[in-house]
Amino acid sequence: MTLHARSSSVETQRAAAARLVYRKPDVLIDRATHYCPGCGHGVIHRLLAEVMTDLDLPAHTIAVAPVGCAVFIYDYLDVDFVEAPHGRAPAVATGIRRVRPEAFVLTYQGDGDLAAIGTAEIVHAAARGERITAIFVNNGIYGMTGGQMAPTTLLGQRTTSSPSGRDAELMGYPIRITEMLAQLPGVTYAARGSVADAGSIGRLKVMIRRACQVQIEGGGFAIVEVLSNCPVGWGMTPQESLEHLKGSVAEAYPLGVIVDRSAPSTARPAAAAATNPEA
Amino acid sequence: MAPRQEIEIGLRRTEAELEAGRRARVLMKGNEAIAEAAIQAGCDAYFGYPITPQAELLEWMARRMPEVGRVFVQAESELGAINMALGAAATGARVMVSSSSPGISLMAEAMSYMAGSGTPMVLVNVMRAGPGLGGIGPSQSDYFQATKGHGHGDYRVPVLAPASIGEAMKLMATAFELAERYRTPVMLVADGILGQAMEPVELRFRTPERQAFDWALTGAAGRPARIVKSLDLDPEVLERRNLALQQKYREIARHETRWEGWQLADAEFAIVAYGTAARVARSAIARAREKGMKVGLFRPITLWPFPERELARMSRQLHGILTVELSSGQMIEDVRLAVEGRCPVAFHGRMGGLVPTPDEVLGALKALRGRVERTRTTTSHDPATEHHPGDASANGTGVRTGARRRGRG
Ligand SMILES: Cc1ncc(C[n+]2csc(CCOP(=O)(O)OP(=O)(O)O)c2C)c(N)n1
Ligand code: SF4
Ligand SMILES: [Mg+2]
Repeated sequence: MTLHARSSSVETQRAAAARLVYRKPDVLIDRATHYCPGCGHGVIHRLLAEVMTDLDLPAHTIAVAPVGCAVFIYDYLDVDFVEAPHGRAPAVATGIRRVRPEAFVLTYQGDGDLAAIGTAEIVHAAARGERITAIFVNNGIYGMTGGQMAPTTLLGQRTTSSPSGRDAELMGYPIRITEMLAQLPGVTYAARGSVADAGSIGRLKVMIRRACQVQIEGGGFAIVEVLSNCPVGWGMTPQESLEHLKGSVAEAYPLGVIVDRSAPSTARPAAAAATNPEA
Repeated sequence: MAPRQEIEIGLRRTEAELEAGRRARVLMKGNEAIAEAAIQAGCDAYFGYPITPQAELLEWMARRMPEVGRVFVQAESELGAINMALGAAATGARVMVSSSSPGISLMAEAMSYMAGSGTPMVLVNVMRAGPGLGGIGPSQSDYFQATKGHGHGDYRVPVLAPASIGEAMKLMATAFELAERYRTPVMLVADGILGQAMEPVELRFRTPERQAFDWALTGAAGRPARIVKSLDLDPEVLERRNLALQQKYREIARHETRWEGWQLADAEFAIVAYGTAARVARSAIARAREKGMKVGLFRPITLWPFPERELARMSRQLHGILTVELSSGQMIEDVRLAVEGRCPVAFHGRMGGLVPTPDEVLGALKALRGRVERTRTTTSHDPATEHHPGDASANGTGVRTGARRRGRG
């Protein structure tokens, strides 16, 4: 045995013994994204890729891409994708859901997409309890069109279409649409997470996993709102934008699980069996 | 002659009863007949929103689709309905939506997306009178919208225009076939009369064969992921996609143009009309013939592609053309483009939900003849008087491919 061969076999053994702690999920395509430096969309894609891989979902996923900065999400996640017109992803997903009961159906929308132009579609998909998993990226701005005011823009926040800051009297108040949706019995799970720091990202991943599991378990509509940053649209450095996200943004949009109707319903079959006279 | 068996199809007709009625003539409302024809053509999913005068179509689907184990969803709006259709169609399902004029305006955006991404779908417009909320009477005021309008961008959709309930039923199968063959939305336009009147029809249906789609989203198990989209920010790539789309439209125009001629062989005048207007025209033509006027009917069945070559050929033998529409005159622009001034083209139409009477149309025909005769007495040589009888295509129904000739509807 040559020295060379011996050393390489040692490396192989070491590699085999090493515990793999982190690797890029295959479903995340190895390609530079078009997102601005520091943008939260990339982190959210990564979390989705990890969760979907863990739950073995990619091969039977049919996902719906939004109109917004994430319009090219199909270039980064290696699953079947259909493009929805601006705001219509929940309706598109409903169509898929109804004819493909076996598919894992995922939507990904921005706050302009979901909470302005697509308000009717999201409310009614949720009201019907469509078995879909919705990822809702709230960055408080219309990123793609150059930083105009979104329905979620904070009071006083300057954008290109609210140059003196959002004035409640003229422009109304920020909309907490996830809390509104959580009122609907068709919504099995609604939560709000954030990409502000490592801790938040870890908690967000748990929420995304739960929202996917709800669908797998046959629950109703599941939505995770993600407070995300848009350094470019906010006129901040990436670091400043994360501080802002942790501070004012999270104050206006409290983090945590807003509703989880999946827990009681999973307990119900046993209880029902015990009291059902026909059982 | 054996007495004709007429059964009124109730809303709760079972499969067995339908089977029994397959060879019989049954009385059916247009909207319901169209809906049943779609089901029999294999429509997997229907998405709709109530609007007069097509609500019965939605209601029929609401009862029948669950009965046959298919999908029915009443959407929150026409936007919701057509985007549901977009999602379902992207998975390769055979889908349909229906509405009436104001609802079609809302569906325009998604239609453009579907044309751009090559997603098949059948859309029925039971037209009502506009503009705006307008009225609910029969109308053909959406010709521009159907053939040149709706959504944004350089695209077309095939538009089928039946003139009877029976023909509408046959064309539903054609619509699904065209949608899937060419990966395009296909529109079928009717008006309030076709939608809401009852006619005896034969319960004969056709289910177009299923194709295997290499683009449908089914989950990427065992194959590369697929994307159904219309977006391309690279102008070179987008132009290439547009060129391919235009090539497809030329193919559709070459192979799928449909029209019907009636009493055209010796005709000196022709009425060009579609849908309900064509039925009024037939009555007017019958009366004109009784009075010795040689008039025929040229009835486009596809509004796009418009049978322009056939009409152009026909116009060489004609002294004049009268276009009759339930509108201010929209199709007449295509008639004039096809005729290219070879003979005068006159118009008669009513709006607001009114339908012209055969006598009105007869009056318009006489006025046209008077106009032509006056011109002839003042012109020494008028090529319009040249007569070319016996043109083989002057009668009967036309589909541009010889292989697909149709019976009269
Ligand atoms: C019907 C229609 N209206 C407007 C637009 C333009 N448009 C594209 S993206 C967008 C806003 C997207 O904002 P958001 O959903 O918040 O996503 P972000 O870019 O912030 O991630 C708008 C208004 C469009 N494409 N279609
Ligand atoms: S504009 Fe904002 S949301 Fe869009 S990519 Fe840039 S940072 Fe991200
Ligand atoms: Mg946004």
